[in-house]
Amino acid sequence: MEFLITTVVAYLVYLLLTIGSGTVALWSTAELIIGAVLAVVVGAVLRNRFIGKDLRMLNPKRWFIFLVYLFPFVWAMARANIDVAYRVITGRINPAIVKIDPKLKNDMSLTILANSITLTPGTLSVDVRPETNELYVHWINVDPEVLKDMPRDYHPICGSFPDWARRIAG
Amino acid sequence: MTALNVATYVFIGIGLFFNYVGAFGLHRFPDVYTRLHAATKCTTFGSIFLILAVVMQSAGMWAVEGTHSPQSIMTIHSLLALVALMVTNATGAHAMARAAHRSGEKPARAVVDDLEKKEND
Amino acid sequence: MINWLAVMIAMAACLVIIIVRIFIGPGAPTRLVAFDTANTLVVTSLVILAMSFNEVVFVDVAIVYALLSFAMTLYVAKYIQGDKF
Repeated sequence: MEFLITTVVAYLVYLLLTIGSGTVALWSTAELIIGAVLAVVVGAVLRNRFIGKDLRMLNPKRWFIFLVYLFPFVWAMARANIDVAYRVITGRINPAIVKIDPKLKNDMSLTILANSITLTPGTLSVDVRPETNELYVHWINVDPEVLKDMPRDYHPICGSFPDWARRIAG
Repeated sequence: MTALNVATYVFIGIGLFFNYVGAFGLHRFPDVYTRLHAATKCTTFGSIFLILAVVMQSAGMWAVEGTHSPQSIMTIHSLLALVALMVTNATGAHAMARAAHRSGEKPARAVVDDLEKKEND
Repeated sequence: MINWLAVMIAMAACLVIIIVRIFIGPGAPTRLVAFDTANTLVVTSLVILAMSFNEVVFVDVAIVYALLSFAMTLYVAKYIQGDKF
């Protein structure tokens, strides 16, 4: 099963890269054959590396949620850039490294969350604690209210992104 | 065609502005982490807009020239370059921030540093 | 027609600002950050040059450059944080 998924994904990437090369649909015959052979080789070599044992991302519902998630993500990214531009121009920063517990269970959702908060307003993921799935986040403009209690509330820091990550891959 | 050109110029303007914000942010901010904020976010966003401007122009030419024009390859490969850039930039920023903290860089003017406390426990 | 070479000159000026930071920036992590930023801009510049000269090969080079520079960043980061290879 892992072999099959890896081969199909490798073949699809190869087809995307060689689009427009011939006349069989959009590809030439040689490219189709070479792509298939290379995909089988890649699938045989990387079958234990690419997805591991977790097959939950095969569910098309999760892909649909991911596509819906792109809209608030792009909006947050635009706000993040205007925020950084403001801080570059004025030089007003008040940084800290805070620990948050997003209460996520698996690695995929943690990866999505870490990449999302790197690109969204005022936060940058610095380190992760694999045993407890806690993230250390560099926060560029600290709210002193949040710093008072020790298990920190993640909503002022990274909004609803942990909920999205849980819905996509949780 | 003119509307497409106007939109392309707007995208190029936004992209160049944010790239310059990222470049000046590298000089304005005091330490590695805040510089990473400027560098990662702004250059990723600026590059998205610049590559989208290229994609818009080549897709416009593709629509004029018909299905088998070489501009189709240009459009799709530019989009692939954009995807590669977006995925690798965020992960690379994470790796650099972790490496900086483990090599002993202190966040300048930091109020709290939870990670520092963890290492001292 | 869009004047892509003018855009390219603006990108080159932006790259010069970043390269100054590579030379002066205190410590290895700062230099690495500046280097990664420069890599992002080089990828974008390659796509713009491809459009400017109408050569698709430049975009393929840009894709490979993006992935290789990512591997470079990861390995230099591992080296800076003191891991054994």
